[in-house]
Amino acid sequence: MTTADLLGKIIQVVGALAAFALVIGLLLFLIDRAPKRGRDYWQLTFFIAPALLLLLAGLIYPAFRTSLLAFTNSSGVYVGAENFVWMFTQPAALITLGNTLIWVVVVPTISTAIGLGYAVFIDKSRGEKYFKALVFMPMAISFVGAGIIWRFIYDYKSGGNDQIGLLNQIVVWLGGQPVQWLQTSPINTFLLIIVMIWIQTGFAMVILSAAIKGVPTEQIEAAELDGTNAWQRFTNVTIPGIRGSLVVVITTISIATLKVFDIVRTMTAGNFNTSVIANEMYTQAFRAGEQGRGAALAIVLFLMVLPIVIYNVRIMRKQREIR
Amino acid sequence: MSDNVVDLPIVGTKKNALEVVTVGTKSARVKRRLTSRTATVVSLVIAILWTLPTFGLFVSSFRPAGLITTTGWWTILQNPGFTLDNYKEVLLSTSQSSPQLGAYFVNSLAIAIPATIFPLVIASMAAYAFAWIKFKGSGALFVLVFALQIVPLQLALIPLLQMFTAILKPGQEALHQLIPMIPAQNYLPVWIAHTIFALPLAIFLLHNFISEIPSEVIEAARVDGASHGQVFFRIVLPLAVPALASFAIFQFLWVWNDLLVALIFSGGTPDVAPLTQRLAELTGTRGQDWQRLTAAAFVSLIVPLIVFFSLQRYFVRGLLAGSTKG
Repeated sequence: MTTADLLGKIIQVVGALAAFALVIGLLLFLIDRAPKRGRDYWQLTFFIAPALLLLLAGLIYPAFRTSLLAFTNSSGVYVGAENFVWMFTQPAALITLGNTLIWVVVVPTISTAIGLGYAVFIDKSRGEKYFKALVFMPMAISFVGAGIIWRFIYDYKSGGNDQIGLLNQIVVWLGGQPVQWLQTSPINTFLLIIVMIWIQTGFAMVILSAAIKGVPTEQIEAAELDGTNAWQRFTNVTIPGIRGSLVVVITTISIATLKVFDIVRTMTAGNFNTSVIANEMYTQAFRAGEQGRGAALAIVLFLMVLPIVIYNVRIMRKQREIR
Repeated sequence: MSDNVVDLPIVGTKKNALEVVTVGTKSARVKRRLTSRTATVVSLVIAILWTLPTFGLFVSSFRPAGLITTTGWWTILQNPGFTLDNYKEVLLSTSQSSPQLGAYFVNSLAIAIPATIFPLVIASMAAYAFAWIKFKGSGALFVLVFALQIVPLQLALIPLLQMFTAILKPGQEALHQLIPMIPAQNYLPVWIAHTIFALPLAIFLLHNFISEIPSEVIEAARVDGASHGQVFFRIVLPLAVPALASFAIFQFLWVWNDLLVALIFSGGTPDVAPLTQRLAELTGTRGQDWQRLTAAAFVSLIVPLIVFFSLQRYFVRGLLAGSTKG
């Protein structure tokens, strides 16, 4: 990178921020001086129009276009449901769908379970803050960074060489033969899933921990006086008390998992039978030039997310009514 | 997490978050040991398991190239060695084969800062209008914006790219003609894409916060003759700072860590592409150059980790609030 490049970049950022501030400031200045008649409408337009225009042009219209695109082939000719037929008949595409299902079942279940257990175990313990920060840290790391971290763990060195990947070293210590983990189907899908679990557990833990602290101590003390053991208190008092947060955590992780792209892209690029819908959508639309198939995959993704979101919204509404 | 910082109003978890404040201070005084010995062991094991991968990468990034690729990082005591060459090489080297991360690091910053500010300003304006300007159809429109959260950004990518190529590209070329220092391939598409994808969630969250400002405050100002513009800048924005901060941190990290939007809208050149994209490329083409990959990964992690450890409590709020983004 030369100094001129750097200067060009700084000009871009500063220029863009200045232009943005100028436009907003100017509009604001003008709006306060709008004709008295209908001034409220002018002001309303100023406040709300930028957001609505961007959403209309950048989200609503493209979403409709994608829906239409899904019924065309790579040269834009209408082909009916052919792309969807492709998706549900081609073995490779079926593996992609199957993998996505495995991801969305395994990741939310395990990361919520571990996150909940951990949150309970460290609750009110000494150094709780640090315990939390350690498990929560992966949340701040990019999926790409996480992908590299875990590729290093799964690294493979052939035959007599020393292993530099921790997993293979453990296998060797136990007397086994090193494995090319990421190339070996179907275990590679589960190894990628571990990365996602590693990231999402912290999220589950933080939210559930806050929820656990919200369970009234009186209830727990009352249960203690009744002679219940720790497990009974957990299942009969704590779990019902945090049900709302549990739903939020599980649905949120499910949605994030359905859309997982970066991990697969960085670690295997979807090769060796590890592809998932979001990755395949990118590969088809932007690498293979099959925009119709990409669009069809995006729609399937949308349809898979939809019920989860609707369920989540309904739960939210119920909780609001209770309050 | 139970410090008394003003909370973003988070649907579903808000009640708990409020109670935490009261319970948290009580329990803070009675610090107990971990519930039992098994629990202690289990949580220690989890904590170690969760930290070990990052730690291994961190240690490795300081080891000489020869040692990284022949011995495991856990043998560092038998095979000692410390060097900063890996970092020097990925950041400063100008040779063709090196990752040259310097330019990409600047790109990541240049993308993330405006892509945080733009949606924040636009969304807070819209949130104010939804909360405090009465107009016909306000409720229905707000529900529509809220509903847009369920559209995965994958659904918008292809047409949006086509639109950018058709509309934005001539503008970028013209700008390049005008100021040659700015490359024809510039940040504009990435900024716009991130801004659009952030809006539904941002508007929803900031609306929740802004609408809870006591109406007497706003009405008093309006009666005194303040325009909506004045109320927004003088009263609403200062009061909404905690919510704005939480969302800003969350959005910054989201943009910094993003790969998909960057891959599609940046074009992949050192002029625009962020660190994540360069890293993904490196793992694809040089997956065994661990001396470079480890250092490169840490270069990309350092900003999020600093943000995370210094602003953890705000970050938690952003996450709690932003959990349905995308």
